[in-house]
Amino acid sequence: MSPKTLYDKIWDAHVAHEAEDGTCLLYIDRHLVHEVTSPQAFEGLRMTGRSVRAPDKTIAVPDHNVPTTLDRLNGIENPESRIQVEALDRNARDFGVHYYPVSDVRQGIVHIVGPEQGWTLPGMTVVCGDSHTATHGAFGALAHGIGTSEVEHVLATQTLIQKKSKNMKVEITGKLAPGVTAKDITLTVIGKTGTAGGTGYVIEYCGEAIRDLSMEGRMTVCNMAIEGGARAGLIAPDEKTFAYCMGRPHAPKGAQWEAALAWWKTLYSDDDAHWDKVVTIRGEDIAPVVTWGTSPEDVLPITASVPAPQDFTGGKVDAAKRALDYMGLTAGTPLAEVPIDAVFIGSCTNGRIEDLRAAAAILKGRKVKEGLRAMIVPGSGLVRAQAEEEGLAEIFQQAGFEWRLAGCSMCLAMNPDQLSPGERCAATSNRNFEGRQGRGGRTHLMSPAMAAAAAVTGRLTDVRELMG
Amino acid sequence: MDKFDKLTGIAAPMPMINIDTDMIIPKQFLKTIKRSGLGVNLFDEMRYDADGNEIPGFVLNKAPYREAEILVAGDNFGCGSSREHAPWAIKDFGIRCVIAPSYADIFYNNCFKNGILPIALPQEQVDILMKDAERGANARITVDLEAQTVSTSDGETFSFDVDPFKKRCLMEGLDDIGLTMEKAASIDAYEAQQATSRPWV
Ligand code: SF4
Repeated sequence: MSPKTLYDKIWDAHVAHEAEDGTCLLYIDRHLVHEVTSPQAFEGLRMTGRSVRAPDKTIAVPDHNVPTTLDRLNGIENPESRIQVEALDRNARDFGVHYYPVSDVRQGIVHIVGPEQGWTLPGMTVVCGDSHTATHGAFGALAHGIGTSEVEHVLATQTLIQKKSKNMKVEITGKLAPGVTAKDITLTVIGKTGTAGGTGYVIEYCGEAIRDLSMEGRMTVCNMAIEGGARAGLIAPDEKTFAYCMGRPHAPKGAQWEAALAWWKTLYSDDDAHWDKVVTIRGEDIAPVVTWGTSPEDVLPITASVPAPQDFTGGKVDAAKRALDYMGLTAGTPLAEVPIDAVFIGSCTNGRIEDLRAAAAILKGRKVKEGLRAMIVPGSGLVRAQAEEEGLAEIFQQAGFEWRLAGCSMCLAMNPDQLSPGERCAATSNRNFEGRQGRGGRTHLMSPAMAAAAAVTGRLTDVRELMG
Repeated sequence: MDKFDKLTGIAAPMPMINIDTDMIIPKQFLKTIKRSGLGVNLFDEMRYDADGNEIPGFVLNKAPYREAEILVAGDNFGCGSSREHAPWAIKDFGIRCVIAPSYADIFYNNCFKNGILPIALPQEQVDILMKDAERGANARITVDLEAQTVSTSDGETFSFDVDPFKKRCLMEGLDDIGLTMEKAASIDAYEAQQATSRPWV
């Protein structure tokens, strides 16, 4: 048998039908659903009299619109948000899919809830009407975002019409330096390959620095595969993956666990498998980074200065000019001297327990700089509960952070958590697009530790200044 | 689904790279539970000031381009989120075809599901079409899906690639869920086999 990549293996195990031109029906093992991209899909089913083919493999949770303030169970004030969440309530009930309503402690960001509940397992195909579905690739699951028409297609048929992507290997060799995290890896890769570098590929991340990451860190890396243009990122499952999955509510048990494990252990890229593209980065060369512009590829080490448009070529010259103007930055300013107004720690990129621990390690015994607005939004109700149990919540509150309930929150500002025009935010989320966190808001992406450090000093900060 | 075969129309030039889905349709308009009515909010934050007044310099606010049926743009168009609201807004505005050097992949797929044809052409050819588009109502661009060609107002013609299956669905306005449901036997067989080989799924 010819050698295969991990992607090849998962793909081959899920082809339910292949047409002569190579168009396949890929069987979908898990379909995650949230309130923003699904109402039109369920409506489509109603209009055509179709049903959900596999409600048992369909999991719904409201996250994008939900308020994160403590009074949210009194109801959602914004009428449109309320209608969307109510539509999901009704659709989940009418079509009989698994559901975690706002009142359930397990509610949270869909990409955090899936793995937490054991829905996401190695070797699966996972889709969701959300581009950050790539997150689930950390388990060695083929996971990608789809549009609403495709959501309807999967609801009705449990398959997706797909053609195979190309294989790209991103290897991070060696060890990471102190202060450097999974977020710095994933941003550095995008800085190197560009936001379109992964278009048409499925990326497999590998190498010692990736192996050394926890499952939380691996999810952070895969989460942003989409920012690099790849629909999916993968990491081969290993003992850490199996340990994370074991005992989760929807993970297999007993003899089925053993059978699953036996298959999962075959899920790796063969030594001489073919790669269409290979990128190698030395772990030692990765620094704590921040973004300076309005594209996730606008990445620089925190020790660098704001670039000038003429540092670039092609269409990027104009893009950089526009970005600097939007961001209110002057070329040549050291990044570590840029003052900030707000800090947001959370999102499906960095809203897991390990992220909160990293932030707490910096914030312990310190205070948020006066006048700064700082918010921590855990990725799920269970992450929130665990952080409270570990005493992290107390550290955050004593430092002056708001301690919120779970949801997407200021990652995309569909709920009331938004930046005002011109407000500058240190954020652990994944997109720094114009207006992403509120019209005119300015976003700098970074790791949770870096965001915590910025909260303390009131400017973009090299976290290493505050370490040990 | 709406069919697409041939189109001759005014093309709006947007020579920016990385036009993302948050620009195309900002999140405050994702709260709808319908597919229609998003056209007025297409490129909202570039098109209107904070008080909701039109920004005169923005291309779609200028006379001929209000009627644009084609959009010519820079590299990596539609990057960002999976929101199908982006093609819904483009279509609702009246644009049926986008021409750019490259696209983000989810956006590209979403277009086909909504009767919009996204065409990828080399940068030099996009540059020529961009120039043509800048001539406004004096220059109409012609797109022929059957022949897989784009022609400038001067008759210069470029060929483009498109997946044959996607082309057929677009030309015939096919419902791909219906097509897949015709293969229900294959899906049943797959599920039966999976029930033994991977019962934990
Ligand atoms: S946290 Fe942000 S990126 Fe993640 S699913 Fe929510 S809105 Fe999307």
